[in-house]
Amino acid sequence: MSDFDKVIDASKPLAIPIPRMAAAERFFRSTARAATPYIMVAPAILTLCVFVVYPILYMIWLSAFRWDMIGPKIYVGLGNFLDLFSNQDFYVVMGNTFMFVFFSVSISIVLALLLAIYLKAKTKINALLQGFVFTPYVISMVSVAFIWVWLMNSEYGLLNYMLGKAGVSGVRWLEDSRVAMYSMILVAVWKGVGYNVIILISAMHAIPNQLYEAAILDNTKPLKMFFRITLPMISPTLFFLTLMNIIASFKVFDQVALMTRGGPVNATNTLVFDIYQFGFKFYQLGYASAEGVVLMAVIAICTVAYFGALSRRVHYGAEI
Amino acid sequence: MRSQSGVFWRTFGKACRLAVNLLIFAVFFVPFYWMFLTAVKNLGQTLRLPPAFWVSAPHWENFGKVFDAIPFFSMLKNNLVMTFGIMICQFFTVIPAAYAFARFKFAGGRFLFGLTLATMMIPAQLVFLPLFLMFSKMGLVNSYASLILPWATSSFAIFMLRQTFKQVPQELIEAAKLDNASEWKIIFKLMLPIAKPTIVTLGLITFILNWNDYFWPFVLTTNNAVRTLPVGITSLNIVDGGVKYHILMAGNVLLVAPALAVFLFAHKQIIKAFTYMGGK
Repeated sequence: MSDFDKVIDASKPLAIPIPRMAAAERFFRSTARAATPYIMVAPAILTLCVFVVYPILYMIWLSAFRWDMIGPKIYVGLGNFLDLFSNQDFYVVMGNTFMFVFFSVSISIVLALLLAIYLKAKTKINALLQGFVFTPYVISMVSVAFIWVWLMNSEYGLLNYMLGKAGVSGVRWLEDSRVAMYSMILVAVWKGVGYNVIILISAMHAIPNQLYEAAILDNTKPLKMFFRITLPMISPTLFFLTLMNIIASFKVFDQVALMTRGGPVNATNTLVFDIYQFGFKFYQLGYASAEGVVLMAVIAICTVAYFGALSRRVHYGAEI
Repeated sequence: MRSQSGVFWRTFGKACRLAVNLLIFAVFFVPFYWMFLTAVKNLGQTLRLPPAFWVSAPHWENFGKVFDAIPFFSMLKNNLVMTFGIMICQFFTVIPAAYAFARFKFAGGRFLFGLTLATMMIPAQLVFLPLFLMFSKMGLVNSYASLILPWATSSFAIFMLRQTFKQVPQELIEAAKLDNASEWKIIFKLMLPIAKPTIVTLGLITFILNWNDYFWPFVLTTNNAVRTLPVGITSLNIVDGGVKYHILMAGNVLLVAPALAVFLFAHKQIIKAFTYMGGK
């Protein structure tokens, strides 16, 4: 404790004269003091309750009804979920969504690791390249989507022109149902990888240099150094980043709506886009809400799994 | 012999590095270059094969056609109102809440903070349907309120700012209390100057994310009255019954240029801000 604290502590009962107050005033003051924190959090908590908590509850409630937004709500219990799980298209949509999440996250993370190792040294050219890699992240998905729709145009696009020079002809990036999802993944990785790169680089810079110096003294090979020092040291960041990427990918909507509208023949239809279609195009609000509940469950599972794994890891770390 | 092969490998390594640098540059720069280039071509030039990689007589009139096709400036205004509306609201909801969570022990405080953290995991894409129904019941679809109010606070920002407030030494606050400063005075005169870097960082992130947002204004608007630029540009996708890529790219340039300019000007701060966001 510093001298400063001692002065305050010792002087507390003496130096602050308690003015004589009427009982009512004292009561008012103490109530006001007790209420202060509640008044301070009220705007934020009310906003969250009205715009996050209530809509979630409303959505869960709505998933038990059949409703077209105009007519009366008809209670169907779990009927919407039965519809959902007996609908072939729903499995296609879920398959697409999981495929998008799996490939876009794993490619983005691996690529970001490679780029982070390659660009981590603090040089001018690396700073410049980091800037370039990060640029798509600060640009609206609208622009990114249209740039790529144009690049991927099967007749006049730059990509097919360059592939044509290399002897590959006429890839139909967004029109071929076997290719379209991979094109979406390519665009998602292009837009998002820069964020992962800068986070990983900052995690790598936080590793104490002595670890590497000791390893160099031991003549450790660079690859071994990566797996024995770099990877373990950045693993908490990597873990957190992967979770954030997974959640962000599950909610993919913009690029689907802008680039393919879920087509061709449902090949790029993902969960949020399907919710939008059923809610705003087919006016099946109960069904759409049931899909929303599924999405919420998926995100909840990912989050719980993350924190479960995190507490395990921390525990494991404490044992060592 | 040995030193000669050393020289060889060093040169080879440098050449490889140069090649990879060029590849990274090409992958992340050429798409933007292609957008700018297409924006000043005419229809014939966009449909020519092989494509021209340089335009000697740029067609600036494409930008004029964008202004003819969409109410560009009213959309720009809507974008500004939405983004700054959200930032102002967040300023007044986030700071007191973060302060209370950092500095007070009060009944239910832990529960309310837990609630705040839990909402961090819930994306707009999950609640847009019930929120749209809510706003349409209140007649607030196509209003600034529906664009701004759902984002009037940010649990992420509350969490970040609480961390910063917690690091302020207790002595400073005690000293201020001795001077009979009220809690509000402590926040605005003492805490805010200390937390300024965090607040600027959070403001920058909020600005970029909301300026670029497509999903929310797309879902919550059905006409051009309060539609923002990212949504407005999409209606250029079809002009005169067909996709005119030169017009679409001209609109795209107008959408991207301010963001790119800000990024060029402040890329260090922006990268730092997002690093900070991911580092916790």
